[in-house]
Amino acid sequence: MSEAHPITVRLQEKDFDVAAETAALVRGRQDVGAVVTFTGICRGSDVGEPLVAMTLEHYPGMAEAEIERHVGEAARTWPLLGATVIHRFGRLVPGDNIVLVLTAAAHRRDAFAAAEFLMDYLKTRAPLWKHEDRASGSRWVDAKEADDVAAERWAAARTRRDAAE
Amino acid sequence: MKILYFAWLRERVGRTEEEIQPPADVTTVGELIGWLAARGEDYAHAFANPRVVRAAIDRAHVKPDTAIAGAREIAFFPPMTGG
Repeated sequence: MSEAHPITVRLQEKDFDVAAETAALVRGRQDVGAVVTFTGICRGSDVGEPLVAMTLEHYPGMAEAEIERHVGEAARTWPLLGATVIHRFGRLVPGDNIVLVLTAAAHRRDAFAAAEFLMDYLKTRAPLWKHEDRASGSRWVDAKEADDVAAERWAAARTRRDAAE
Repeated sequence: MKILYFAWLRERVGRTEEEIQPPADVTTVGELIGWLAARGEDYAHAFANPRVVRAAIDRAHVKPDTAIAGAREIAFFPPMTGG
């Protein structure tokens, strides 16, 4: 993508402003018909003991590079007009924003698909690790097999698409 | 070459990074894991289950059979849980 199709990828500790990032992505554009916004939020309790806090460790340099690779692949797969991914690291508490994915396209189908693709890949390939604190103790979160399955279906779709061309 | 450790691998090894000089017969990521595991109890504990060890060379994901020649930075970490 280029200046006309801006890509923003940031790893940061501080919170992000969804409205401001969206405005920056579409400012002055006449060609964007759809912006899809995904915000990942720190959940307090799922089952069992409530979460007190979560700490996100990351691999500086690789996290940005890997997410940029994902966005590049999304832009080759769908006709994106821009994309923004912001992932926080550090200590977060329930209710805090964790990750923002914005995709801009002429039509909604491409924007939705690209956003889902980016989240599925973020969950499995971006080098970050969650450490959860609860009253009874702390532990590293285990990667979910379901996330790997979700990411793999995009690869399978790509293989089918490549074979058909 | 520089080795980086993250998450519980970092905790078990007891260090965030180190400079190493593996012998010439250690040529792949998988062989490097085996060589590191033999360095001591902490390393053995960290690399006890190679199936949950992921690696990156110069900030790109690699597989166990990837050659390490020319690598400047190799990172070891558990399966990722970002997003």
